[in-house]
Amino acid sequence: MTAFILRRSLQSIVVLFIMSLIVFVGVNLVGDPVDMLINPEADQAEIDRVIRDLGLDRPVSEQYWYFVVNAFQGDLGRSFIFGEPALKLIVQRMPATMELALVSLLMAVVFGIPLGIYAGLKPNSKFSKTIMAGSILGFSMPTFWVGIILIMFFSVHLGWLPSTGRGDVATYFGVTSSAFTLDGLSHIFLPAFNLALFKLSSVIRLARAGTREVILQDYIKFARAKGLAESRVVRIHLLKNIMIPVITIIGLEFGSLIAFSTVTETVFAWPGMGKLIIDSIYNLDRPVVVAYLMIIVVIFVMLNLIVDILYSVLDPRVRIKGVS
Amino acid sequence: MSASANKQSYDLPAAGLRKFWLDFSESPTAVIALFVFLIILFIAIFAPWVSPSNPYDLTSVDIMNSRLPPGSEDFSGNFYILGTDGAGRDMLSAIFYGLRVSLGVGALSGLVALILGASVGLSAAYFGGRFETIMMRIVDIQLSFPSILMALIILAAFGKGVEKTIIALILVQWAYYARAARASALVEKNKEYVEAAKCLALGDKRIILSHIAPNCMAPLIVVGTLQTAHAISLEATLSFLGLGLPITEPSLGLLIGNGFEYMYSGDFWISIFPGIALLITIVSINLVGDQLRDMFNPRLQK
Repeated sequence: MTAFILRRSLQSIVVLFIMSLIVFVGVNLVGDPVDMLINPEADQAEIDRVIRDLGLDRPVSEQYWYFVVNAFQGDLGRSFIFGEPALKLIVQRMPATMELALVSLLMAVVFGIPLGIYAGLKPNSKFSKTIMAGSILGFSMPTFWVGIILIMFFSVHLGWLPSTGRGDVATYFGVTSSAFTLDGLSHIFLPAFNLALFKLSSVIRLARAGTREVILQDYIKFARAKGLAESRVVRIHLLKNIMIPVITIIGLEFGSLIAFSTVTETVFAWPGMGKLIIDSIYNLDRPVVVAYLMIIVVIFVMLNLIVDILYSVLDPRVRIKGVS
Repeated sequence: MSASANKQSYDLPAAGLRKFWLDFSESPTAVIALFVFLIILFIAIFAPWVSPSNPYDLTSVDIMNSRLPPGSEDFSGNFYILGTDGAGRDMLSAIFYGLRVSLGVGALSGLVALILGASVGLSAAYFGGRFETIMMRIVDIQLSFPSILMALIILAAFGKGVEKTIIALILVQWAYYARAARASALVEKNKEYVEAAKCLALGDKRIILSHIAPNCMAPLIVVGTLQTAHAISLEATLSFLGLGLPITEPSLGLLIGNGFEYMYSGDFWISIFPGIALLITIVSINLVGDQLRDMFNPRLQK
C-alpha cells in the first residue's frame, strides 16, 4: 500500500514537472510583451530598464529555473498588467470560481439524480423519453451558446435575472459568498445552471443506468416482497446503491467544472479566475497565464491522486495491476 | 466474438453495404440525422453556390443594411430571411460559409488525429514492451485533463490562428483514438489470421497496416464520429472566446461571438441562428455516432 502511494505520488510529481515545463516554455514563446507594455514613445534606455526589471533579457532556461525556485516559495511572478503578484490575483478570484463550481455541482446532483431514477424506473413513459432526449441535447449543446440563450431569455427578454457579475456578497463563518444574499443568489443562478447543464446530462445517464441495474437485484425484490412502500424502496434501497458510481464521477468531474467555468465566466462576466485567464491570454500577461495553468494542473494532479489512492483502498486489484 | 463475425459480413462490398444499411436504418432517428447531416455537408461544400450572397465580398455588403431583423428587405430589394449582422452581411450566407469553416476544421483535425492516434495505438498494441507502457501512460495522463484545459494550454502557448487551432484540436483528440485503436488491436493481434501473416514472414508494417488495421476500423469510426462533433463544438467555444480562429476565417463560433455584443440590445438573430446551425450539426453527428456505436457493440448484437 505504502509503495503504491509513494510510486503514484512520484508519478504525480513527474507529471507536474513536465506540465510546468510545457506551460512555461510554451507560454514564453508567445508574442513579445515588451511591445505591449512599454510606451511606444519610450527611449531605448527606458525599454532596456523595463526588460531588465522583468527578467526578459535572460535565456528561457534561466527564466524557467527562477520560475521553479520561486514557485516553491509561493511566488509565481508578477502580473505585467496589474503589477501585483500573479498568485495573489488568482487566489483573490478563486472563491468566486469555487462557489460557481460548487453551486452547479449541487444543481446537477439535485436535479439529475431524481430525473435519472425516474427515467430508470419507467423507461417507456413519455416523460422519461423526454428526459433522455433532453440529456442528449444537453451533451451536444455548446456551453457558451446555452449561456447566451439563457441571458437572452431570462435577462434581456423577461428581465427576471441579472446576467453579469456576482452581486452582493456576505460573509459567514469566514466564507464570503454570493450564495448568502438574495441578490447574490439571483446572480449566481444563471451561470451555475449554465455550467451545470453538461454535468446534469451525465448524472442523469449514470443514475438511469444504475437504477436499471439495481432494480433487478434480489434485495430490491425482497424489500418489495416484505411489503415496503415503493417510496421507501427507492429512497433507501435503490438510492444508496446507485450513489457509489455517481459520487465517484462527481469527484472526478469537479476539476472539469473548474476548467469549463472559463467559458461560463466569460459569458456571464463572472469575476472568477476563469475570466482572468482568458483576459490574460488576450493581454499576453504571461505570469498570470502560467500561474493559472500551474494552479489548475496542481488541482487536477491532486484530484487524480486522491481518487486513485481511494480506489486502491477500496479495490486491491488496482494495486496489483499497477505493479505488473 | 459475434462482433467480429458481424464485421466480416460488412467486408463484402455490395452485400455488406446492404446489411450495414439495414442495421443502420433500424433507428429512424439515426436515418433522419444522417439525412440532415448530408444536407449540412452539401451546404458546407457548395457554400459559394448555394448562398444567396457572398458575405465576404465587400462590394455587395452595405453597412447601411446592418442589423436588419429576419425577413427584412433592403432598399435594393434583397431579401434577408435570417436578417443581417452588424456589418450588414446576410446571416444565412454567413452561416453557410461558417459551416464550411467549422466542418472543415473539425474534419481535418479529426482525420489527422485519427491517423496519428491509430498509428500510436496500433503499434503500441503490436510491439508492446516499453514503447507501449510509455505511450499509454502519456495517453492516460492526457485524458485525465479536460479537453478545454488542454486546448487552453496549447493555444496560450502557440497563440491563435487557423493552423494553431487545428494543431490544438489534433493534440486534444489523438489520445482518444490511440486508446480505442490499442484496445481493439490487442484483441486482434492474437487471432489466427495475424499468426498466419507472421508465418508468411510478412513485415511488421504490412501486418499492422493491411491485416490488423482494417479489422480495428469499426470502433475507430465510432470514436471518429463522436470526436468530430466534439471537435466542432470545442473549436466553436475557442473561437467564441477569441482564442481560436482569426476573424478572417469566420466559423460558426466566431459568428455567435460577434452577435453576443448586440444581444443586450435585443438583436437576438445574430447569435441565435449560427448557434442553431451549430447545434443541428453537432446533434446530427452525435445521433449517427450513437447508432454506429450500438451497431458495433457486441453486447447488443442479436
